[in-house]
Amino acid sequence: MGGPRFIKNQVYGWLLLMPAATLLVAFTHYPAVATLLQSFFSSGTARRPSKFVGLDNYAYMLEDPVFWKVLTNNLWYAVGTIPTSVAIAILMALWVNERLPLRGVVRMAYFTPTVLPMIAVANIWLFFYSPDIGLLDQVTRVFGFHSQNWLGDPDTVLACIIVMTVWKEAGFFMIFYLAALQSLPHELEEAGRLEGASRWYFFWRVTFPLLMPTTLFVLINAVINSFKLVDHLFILTKGGPDNASSLLLYYIYEVAFSFFDQSYASTLTVVLLLLLALIAVGKFTALDKRIHYR
Amino acid sequence: MFRIIRNTAFGAAVALVGLAATATADAKTELTMYYPVAVGGPLTEVVDKLVADFEAENPDIDVNAIYAGNYNDARIKALAALKSGEPAQLAVMFSIDIYELIEQDAIIAFDDIVSSEEDKAWLKGFYPALMENGITDDKTWGIPFQRSTIVMYYNKDAFREAGLDPENPPQTWDELASMGKKLVKKAGDGTVERWGAMIPSTGYPYWMFGALTKQNGQVLMSGDGATTFFDAPATIEALEYWKGLGSEMGVMPEGTIEWGTLRQNFLEGKTAIMWHSTGNLTAVKDNASFDFGVAMLPSKVSRGTPTGGGNFYIFKDTSEAEQQAALKLIKFLTQPERTAEWSIKTGYIGTRPDAYETDKLKNYVVEFPPAAVARDQLEFATAELSTYQTGRVRKLLDDAIQAALTGSKSPTEALTEAQKAADGLLRRYR
Repeated sequence: MGGPRFIKNQVYGWLLLMPAATLLVAFTHYPAVATLLQSFFSSGTARRPSKFVGLDNYAYMLEDPVFWKVLTNNLWYAVGTIPTSVAIAILMALWVNERLPLRGVVRMAYFTPTVLPMIAVANIWLFFYSPDIGLLDQVTRVFGFHSQNWLGDPDTVLACIIVMTVWKEAGFFMIFYLAALQSLPHELEEAGRLEGASRWYFFWRVTFPLLMPTTLFVLINAVINSFKLVDHLFILTKGGPDNASSLLLYYIYEVAFSFFDQSYASTLTVVLLLLLALIAVGKFTALDKRIHYR
Repeated sequence: MFRIIRNTAFGAAVALVGLAATATADAKTELTMYYPVAVGGPLTEVVDKLVADFEAENPDIDVNAIYAGNYNDARIKALAALKSGEPAQLAVMFSIDIYELIEQDAIIAFDDIVSSEEDKAWLKGFYPALMENGITDDKTWGIPFQRSTIVMYYNKDAFREAGLDPENPPQTWDELASMGKKLVKKAGDGTVERWGAMIPSTGYPYWMFGALTKQNGQVLMSGDGATTFFDAPATIEALEYWKGLGSEMGVMPEGTIEWGTLRQNFLEGKTAIMWHSTGNLTAVKDNASFDFGVAMLPSKVSRGTPTGGGNFYIFKDTSEAEQQAALKLIKFLTQPERTAEWSIKTGYIGTRPDAYETDKLKNYVVEFPPAAVARDQLEFATAELSTYQTGRVRKLLDDAIQAALTGSKSPTEALTEAQKAADGLLRRYR
């Protein structure tokens, strides 16, 4: 202990860590702390320098109807996207895990939404949803439905965003389930068949529990993604009409770069960080115990 | 990157030649200019060429014209450059950014740098309506460059089909409603195949609404940018009319109408009339498969439209030589000949009456009369909504308009709430 060799090792170790540590501090920890500090100050301009305001920004937030609106939207958005996209991902993975003709093509088709540039895709969906000229209306018209203004109606706009997200996410999650399925031992399936287990029983009692670690990973990703959506909103709705489709991160963007209110944007960011931290902690403590790791 | 190398190489070459020619050569003045592009077409090439012409004429000034994305990006980049201590000398930014820039103490007024009589005359040579967004506190802060108005595009074939005179588009609100009803075409089962008119209500609802309120004799804000008139009776009446076109008269679809797909709707004949920026003129001209017309917006009390688009600004953190060089560049780019060329290539309005006196633009207008509609409408134009805290105030109005159009609040209720919130934001600027 304390010898020159120890010091040399310490220096060597820290030098090895330095590149990663520098990046981590510069781009993760410093901004997080700076954001927290900024949320206690008012936004400054050249004419009105920023000053310490304590919890004023938080008080404003609690009274801001748009904040509550986007938070509620975000909740519905998470409820709408996560279970559906995970369920569809499992179904698709089971399907393309079988021996079927053109398996590669089907897998690729399911994965395509993930690799496409989302801004371009959102532009295409904009035309799908467009009243009269849109694909959706052209299809429903065949069945005698009247034209519907999908993105212009506060009652349908969030559902439209949810459908598009599910379409995009399911293929991505499928890849993880597919990898997990392929690592499952074949003997289990043979044993199940010998014992006369039905496919449903086998899936529910054997496959699904074995997929739980993947499910946890996917769920955390899905939750984070549900708070990360900005790009589609830009193209499709700009959060409208009347904030009906605005989500928390989009609102933060708006406050920071359209309103130039960096303090309030920081305040909202702190709330977002807290929310995500809570969810992650909850997930790991509650779910981890019930997961079987091999 | 290549451009930087090229410019540097070019600059170095010019400097060497300059040094060789005269031992007393002054140091070159370097200008950095940010500019956005907000409409289609290869506009960066046009700007590069204009700048090259200027450099040829002024060998002692070096201009770095940097394309900076859309209006929002351009403002963010210019302000970020300012904070980082590497400021640009001038920029083209949204005409409505003026209060934000003043609040950040970023720009200087043109009145403080023009000295000669000639410069003062130049400053007075622009269309007054286009100057409105650039003037506050009795000072001129922005010079019009890429500017537009809203115009009414209409499908002449649809007018003929509905038994209307294609050379007589609606002149008033009542005519827009009555003609609009005649233009609606329904299929046997009652579904609408073609709407009478569409006014977009996403993207820039406050802009369209500025037209309706001006037509009803009301502007949206005071000249000092510290008071809004969202709950004035004429403002509320304008929103009731807009909503009524959809919910009562059946001329427009209900709910909001998408800015981004509206042009396609018009081109596919799904609406007989659309209100849109004159910036779409070239695209409609190139893609319409039917006979179309362009007209001024209709009137209630008077005609009216807000102007839109970008102005030149000069930054405060610059030396006097740089300010004079920037002024020279702006004067160069707003000369009648170049303004005419810019207008033809882009569809933007010629910002000065004398641009329309040039042979170039005169001939173009004769050959393609819709090109003159936006200019003629300038007589009835007003400033675009712009206040202190402008992003927030604008969003309050956008949300109110959308809430009324989608039926979640009445126009009176929505606008009264918006006004109350705007008062709260603007009180400390009065």
